[in-house]
Amino acid sequence: MNAARWEHFEHKADIGIRGYGNTLAEAFEQAAIAMTTVVTDLSLIHAVTPIHIRCADRDHDTLFYDWINALIYEMATRKMLFSQFNVEIDQERLSATATGEAIDIEQHQPSVEIKGATFTELGVYQEDGLWVAQCVIDV
Amino acid sequence: MDINQLQRISNNEWQIDAHAGMRVPALIYASEALIEDMDEKVYQQVTNVARLPGIVKASYAMPDAHWGYGFPIGGVAAFDADQGGVVSAGGVGFDISCGVRTLHTGLAIDEVMASQRALADLLYQHVPAGLGSTGNIHLNNKQMKAMLEGGAAWAIDRGYGEREDLLRIEEQGCMPGADPSQVSQFAKKRQQNEMGTLGSGNHYLEVQKVVEIYDADIAQRFGVAQDDIKISIHCGSRGLGHQIGTEFLKLMVASAKDHGIKLPDRELACAPILSEVGQQYLGAMRAAINCALANREIITHLTREAVHRLFPQAKLDLLYDVSHNTCKQEQHEIDGEKKQLYVHRKGATRAFGPGHPELPAELREAGQPVLIGGTMGTASYILAGTEQGMNLAYGSACHGAGRSMSRRQATRQWHGGQVIQDLAERGIVIRSPSKRGVAEEAPGAYKDVSAVVASAQAAGLARLVARLEPLICIKG
Repeated sequence: MNAARWEHFEHKADIGIRGYGNTLAEAFEQAAIAMTTVVTDLSLIHAVTPIHIRCADRDHDTLFYDWINALIYEMATRKMLFSQFNVEIDQERLSATATGEAIDIEQHQPSVEIKGATFTELGVYQEDGLWVAQCVIDV
Repeated sequence: MDINQLQRISNNEWQIDAHAGMRVPALIYASEALIEDMDEKVYQQVTNVARLPGIVKASYAMPDAHWGYGFPIGGVAAFDADQGGVVSAGGVGFDISCGVRTLHTGLAIDEVMASQRALADLLYQHVPAGLGSTGNIHLNNKQMKAMLEGGAAWAIDRGYGEREDLLRIEEQGCMPGADPSQVSQFAKKRQQNEMGTLGSGNHYLEVQKVVEIYDADIAQRFGVAQDDIKISIHCGSRGLGHQIGTEFLKLMVASAKDHGIKLPDRELACAPILSEVGQQYLGAMRAAINCALANREIITHLTREAVHRLFPQAKLDLLYDVSHNTCKQEQHEIDGEKKQLYVHRKGATRAFGPGHPELPAELREAGQPVLIGGTMGTASYILAGTEQGMNLAYGSACHGAGRSMSRRQATRQWHGGQVIQDLAERGIVIRSPSKRGVAEEAPGAYKDVSAVVASAQAAGLARLVARLEPLICIKG
């Protein structure tokens, strides 16, 4: 059974993103989808252009914080939205491909701009044999 | 929040005595009804802030307090550098120097209403709003440095804005002590095409009418009269501030550990003011304040251009510009002694009382204008700082309504198109690139801002001056 899935969780002012996966990398990929869906519907984004992201940090929590912030940075500076994520994690090093396209206001109807990942409810852990990665993002 | 945990000082002031590692008490300024509606997290966060080193007098929560990042949103706390006091990125927030400015127009309701849709279209075409929008200004490294040092004054030197505006901006439009070299290349890159953009989320540009005057004397000094048309702009330091916030939040977690500061919550990440990281953050944060001031100045210029196309006679003088996510070095009197303190205001507006030397001469007797934003369907308020407020929470007041419902809940309850139509029937024109964004910002998703400002006034934090209702709202 494929355990990969994502969800949002409630935060009054902002919103929480959570990814589940069989592996740590898969949980990170799913959380990235959860973040994208805060902005627009995933089905509206065509996976056309791949970009590469690398980060490294001292533990899983901060690596996840770095990953989400790296994506936010790429979305902001390239004016892109991403719909497909391929993550590889080796120890505390992450290497990923995010694939998407340039933002088109008409097509994507983006609702908010994401400011950054936060330490609120930040956590990477295992639960019932699954990896979970989550945090609240500031919008 | 369970009100039974609080000690009642008055109907709008509640205390939590120092306990379990709190260095000072916590004070919440709000009515019983607002407190009962507050998240329990506010209790946790306002008491956690009271545990930080070097905090002076008390940790405060404003009437609109809600769950923030380490500090509550609507939180105020001052620190003494000589007592090991700290500066915290979470205590300022990601959108550094987010704030509100209000412009006079000199226009009459009738003439605006006769061209309401045309004016909405012009403003919407002129002021870039929403995700992915860019401005017409693109900064190279040298210009970026000058902007981060110069703030609104930099914008005016480049022809965006009027020289007289500077007197009506906190710090006269230019925050001293900014250090652009502490702003990362990532933060600068995020900003290079974003000058003069409104952003998204709860940021807006509104054309408003004054519907009620509460204090005729102060209103007159502010130049606010019944039926006046005003324009208010709510936005901040854009991508640059967000990037600085995320970078320093992480750095400060490590710094707190290095300095032996025990954090009750990782999000309270902070650094001693006199440490290297503390000074780096202050330099970067002040640069971000200048970025926000420059950004609002450019948007003001674009607004003037748009309005003048339809109304060449309009006079769009600046009433005032406030920032509500900052940490500023200020002088305050503590037990009869004047002290330099670092005052964090996270989702709180500075509200200096009458006579304060920072205020421009024309406003000094009235007190600082305090601009409180509402939603696109309710009201905004103009208040004035009070003498009493200077001793309550370092001359601070609330900043807005705060959400009562998450964005997700809001999109389940409303459709953007319907919200726009409902507001149109009430005479309010909305322009936004995103219908979903409009649904998320539906007026019903916010708390009642009237109750918040009434409580701020009852607590003595600020005095009500006028109420404004929207006619046009440009939503990012």
